[in-house]
Amino acid sequence: MNMKDLRGAAAIVGVGTAGCGEAHGYTEIEILAQAAQAAVTDAGLTFDDIDGLCTANLNIAMWPLNVIEYLGIRPSFIEGTNIGGSAFVAHILPAMLALASGACNAVLVCYGSTQRTSEFGRKERTVARNLLDPAPYESIYKPFNPPTSYALIAARHMHEFGTTRRHLAEVAVSARAWANLNPEAFSRGPLSIDDVLNARMIFDPFTVHDCCLVTDGAGAFVMTRSDTAKDRPHKPAYVLGQASAAWHRTVSGMEDLTVTPALQSGAAAFEMAGMKPSDIDMLQLYDAFTINPILFLEDLGFCQKGEGGPFVENGATGPGGRLPVNTNGGGLSCVHPNMYGAFAVIEAVRQLRGDCNERQIENAQTALVNGNGGIAASSQSTLILGTTETL
Amino acid sequence: MTEKQTNKGPEAHYFSALNSGRFIIQKCDGCAQHIFYPRTVCPHCTGTTLNWVQPSGLGSIYSNTTIHRRPTDGGDYNVCLVDLDEGVRLMGNVKGIPPSDVEIGMRVKIQIDIHEGQGKAVFQLLEEK
Repeated sequence: MNMKDLRGAAAIVGVGTAGCGEAHGYTEIEILAQAAQAAVTDAGLTFDDIDGLCTANLNIAMWPLNVIEYLGIRPSFIEGTNIGGSAFVAHILPAMLALASGACNAVLVCYGSTQRTSEFGRKERTVARNLLDPAPYESIYKPFNPPTSYALIAARHMHEFGTTRRHLAEVAVSARAWANLNPEAFSRGPLSIDDVLNARMIFDPFTVHDCCLVTDGAGAFVMTRSDTAKDRPHKPAYVLGQASAAWHRTVSGMEDLTVTPALQSGAAAFEMAGMKPSDIDMLQLYDAFTINPILFLEDLGFCQKGEGGPFVENGATGPGGRLPVNTNGGGLSCVHPNMYGAFAVIEAVRQLRGDCNERQIENAQTALVNGNGGIAASSQSTLILGTTETL
Repeated sequence: MTEKQTNKGPEAHYFSALNSGRFIIQKCDGCAQHIFYPRTVCPHCTGTTLNWVQPSGLGSIYSNTTIHRRPTDGGDYNVCLVDLDEGVRLMGNVKGIPPSDVEIGMRVKIQIDIHEGQGKAVFQLLEEK
């Protein structure tokens, strides 16, 4: 078997979200379970059918056990790898392998966080994480991560290629324009280029509008083999390509600040799918910061290295633009509960089903998702999904 | 100038030297590449004979950011990445000029600040002749 044999071998057949924005009074496992229940029901299944589980938590090392007990499931395939927010994209390849081998028949991928409203706040978590996972060669300089690492990445990109703060602002404004078409988005309302440029600088070259939201939220999706996917209630989103890559942990360890591991994961995902960038109808790119989609458009081959800034000019990736990016409003304006990867996948599936009302991309047949993880674009996972017509 | 690894791990050895005012990095005996941060195994060639050397301390700003804080919280400060001439990169702060004046490409020289027994490698602008 080679990777191309896996093309289209599995599909996402159910999706669900819960507690997006603010989940006052609820814990993260509670909203995770709500999202999981929604996804399993959406797939026309029950928890009894779920025999594979992929999940991860930012703070809890053995999180699959928490989820297994809470949901009352006894999976035979368990995947708890955490490489940051890309994890829930990166879980898809091992899930496909498990499904293809017969190790399991229905995999639930799920995530939840109440970072915005929980009483155990960001400050305490940051202190705890620095103790448990120290970075002694960086922490003495007091970087405020992840923003400082991405600010260093953006500054280098601006220096090498002439990328401007206006280019970064274009990404924020496009995200908001999409969010304004999505009733589930957390940040809605007008946002102009000048609003971004004139906002207070916090992490040079970033203002608050260049940084993703801090929200609660849970997301889940269900995968089965393609032979049973067509019997589910909704149109399956078939996995045509999937690959991950990780090259470093810290920004100090990133060889070239303008090139992310998406260069590797994107090439491998396109190879598996037998496709090229011009075959893609829409992109869901993990926008932790406004520089991220610019980097990914380059690394994934939608433009040349250094041309990502000009590429996003004049609303090119917003509603009505030539290449739709982050149609839910992304992490910048829709939802960002610590780790966003699952939400990018869910939006791609909803678009391919045609469920997106005002923000629906007409006749969308293919979608590319790029998950970003770690504090410095450290891990990347690229997913290419397609409708039945693309098989 | 090289020195032998003492009877501690490379992280402890590095910080022990730094706390006594010396900035040292490793150089792999196998592939002759410099290594930072200090490790037990060379990430370039899997070699395990890693010698401590004192670098020139000269380098260039590779990237740079200012973290903005209220004056009452200590004010703005600089965080940068410096490429040493030996070919390794490390995080640092540039001292002696306002954070907003730090630019990518500037030549810098390392200095060791010791505060309450803890050494810290920081950078100052190099006055080039």
